[in-house]
Amino acid sequence: MATIRSDSLIDVPAQNTGDDPRERAALVVGANDFSTVTEKVSRIAETRPQFWWWIALLISLSLVGLLKGCLLYLVTTGVGVWGNNQPVGWAFDIINFVFWVGIGHAGTLISAILFLFRQNWRTSINRFAEAMTIFAVTCAGLFPAVHIGRPWLAYWLFPIPNQMDMWPQFRSPLLWDVFAVSTYATVSALFWYVGMIPDLATLRDRAKNRIAQMAYGAASLGWTGSMRQWHRYEKAYLLLAALATPLVLSVHSVVSFDFAVSQLPGWHTTIFPPYFVAGAIFGGFAMVITLALPARHLFGLEDFITARHMENMAKVMLGTGMIVAYAYAVEFFVAWYSGHHFEQYAFLNRPFGPYAWAFWTMIFCNIVGPQILWFKWCRLNPWTLLFAAMCVNVGMWFERFVIIVTSLHRDFLPSSWAMYWPTWVDMGMLLGSFGLFFTLFLLFCKFLPMVAMAEVKTVMPQAHANGHADYRATLGDEATGREDE
Amino acid sequence: MTQANIHTLETPETGELEQEEVYALLAEFEDVDGVKSAAHALKGEGYRLFDVHSPFPIHGLDHDLNITPTILPWIVLGGGLTGMAAGLVLTIWTQSIDYPFLVSGKPLNSMPAWIPIVFELTILLSAFGAVFGMLVLNKLPLLSQPLLQNERFRRATDDRFFITVLTTDKHYDRQGTAEFLEKQGAAAVEAVTF
Repeated sequence: MATIRSDSLIDVPAQNTGDDPRERAALVVGANDFSTVTEKVSRIAETRPQFWWWIALLISLSLVGLLKGCLLYLVTTGVGVWGNNQPVGWAFDIINFVFWVGIGHAGTLISAILFLFRQNWRTSINRFAEAMTIFAVTCAGLFPAVHIGRPWLAYWLFPIPNQMDMWPQFRSPLLWDVFAVSTYATVSALFWYVGMIPDLATLRDRAKNRIAQMAYGAASLGWTGSMRQWHRYEKAYLLLAALATPLVLSVHSVVSFDFAVSQLPGWHTTIFPPYFVAGAIFGGFAMVITLALPARHLFGLEDFITARHMENMAKVMLGTGMIVAYAYAVEFFVAWYSGHHFEQYAFLNRPFGPYAWAFWTMIFCNIVGPQILWFKWCRLNPWTLLFAAMCVNVGMWFERFVIIVTSLHRDFLPSSWAMYWPTWVDMGMLLGSFGLFFTLFLLFCKFLPMVAMAEVKTVMPQAHANGHADYRATLGDEATGREDE
Repeated sequence: MTQANIHTLETPETGELEQEEVYALLAEFEDVDGVKSAAHALKGEGYRLFDVHSPFPIHGLDHDLNITPTILPWIVLGGGLTGMAAGLVLTIWTQSIDYPFLVSGKPLNSMPAWIPIVFELTILLSAFGAVFGMLVLNKLPLLSQPLLQNERFRRATDDRFFITVLTTDKHYDRQGTAEFLEKQGAAAVEAVTF
């Protein structure tokens, strides 16, 4: 729409992964000004999707169909269609729940914690990381809702006055979960939406057809970008970030209480809350990388989601991975140091028992595989980075499998030991939840601004008064190629 | 005609409305520096009912635009305290008074067990305060606004910076204000009608 004036473009070299602390790396590379940012991001929502998008949507939607079928079968028949048994009363349902809730954490970490820490590089990736959070929490919410056996009575979990004169049991960590996860979902959605209002206004102002104008117009609430609006908006965003930060730490801590508050060997551990939070961020960043790598390439967003962004995320993943490795070690140490022989057995049973394959998959995927990220070329190469991220995605699912199944299948009484194996319904629902996640994500990519345009503009050199000239001066005439101006 | 309530400015002192239904003068600027210095100059001339519109927040303009600190943090505090009180009342009343249920000999009012509930409700209502408080203070949602009908103004969410001087400003003078804005480096000045 806007004409692009060549003199407003600032051409930044694509290499922004330097480690020189005296230099502040460019966050947006390539030849860009404000209108090219708008153009490159809005174009995705304005043009017809590419062929691969339809294929991906088709595959995801078929998996949603599988999920629907499995749910229908489950609800009409009963949870007996799952492989859950005595003593393994919790299995895929809770594994998938904890897995998906964990995925969500990276989104809030990027959008809230990195915002408070003034990590400006978050601006290009926060929008779709937050979207990922919301879709992951949607998938997570599904499992506890159906695992209760009679999902039409799920409202019993909420403190609604009823004719039975009964209240939910607030001493139960499972009820804390209800409050923690639903608050988390609500606040994340609000945070995401508030962040999107100015960008929705951009789409509204560019929309050509009537339906798009109406839809984006309603969604952007009449935003005019007035400085008085921005003033309160920025304050609201900061406050939301400050509120979401303790929230993200609390959610997975509360999820870990489901386990830690019990007396079961392998679960009854004080390290669980921080260990779960670190693991969630670890797994969440792996999923952000998994989504960002293809998305930046396929949607042509390499100027905003730069090599430096991918590298930074890889570093966060490596760091949280080391915390997870430490937590594994501490669990074993405490089991030994406690002198509690049931606890010691539970931890010997993990690497050497019948589920040793799951344990060693977890160790390889979470601890061994990601170590390649110590090397810079592995962080910069999309394939090695994707390998590390996929390792973590798999490993973090197995971590929850190991925690839940190995602790339950052999507890205090050998007479009640049993093995657990998933049924096809278990597998179908796991696959189906991925289908739901990717369907929502693909629709988000198509219809909403994937990159926070307003925020990206603030980290460009043009946004700073007089910064324009200063920036060119630091780059030198050679780098900008504008000595003739 | 309700012109002044669109912005949270004070009530204009001059009540006369113009003959033609002009809402504001709209001046377009190409960069941040230009709009900043023009806003500063307008303030220096004594204008009060003007605003800057931009695709992203520009810092350092609050003084020139007479923007005072927002009361939003207090709204959030109020929301948080309400949430905390609601959480305490909910847990204490349901578990200890209305439906006492003895679990493993634990005290009926086991406060540590209520912490997660109280915490989550505190955060939830604070967040509602932040979001809905911001919307109410910004007078959003607002689905009809003279500026949004203007073709040129569409770039305010893209790559251009605008100053709007309301016709209700007591220094407003169609010709004089327009010339002043052009002198400040505006790329274009036009009148926005209702």
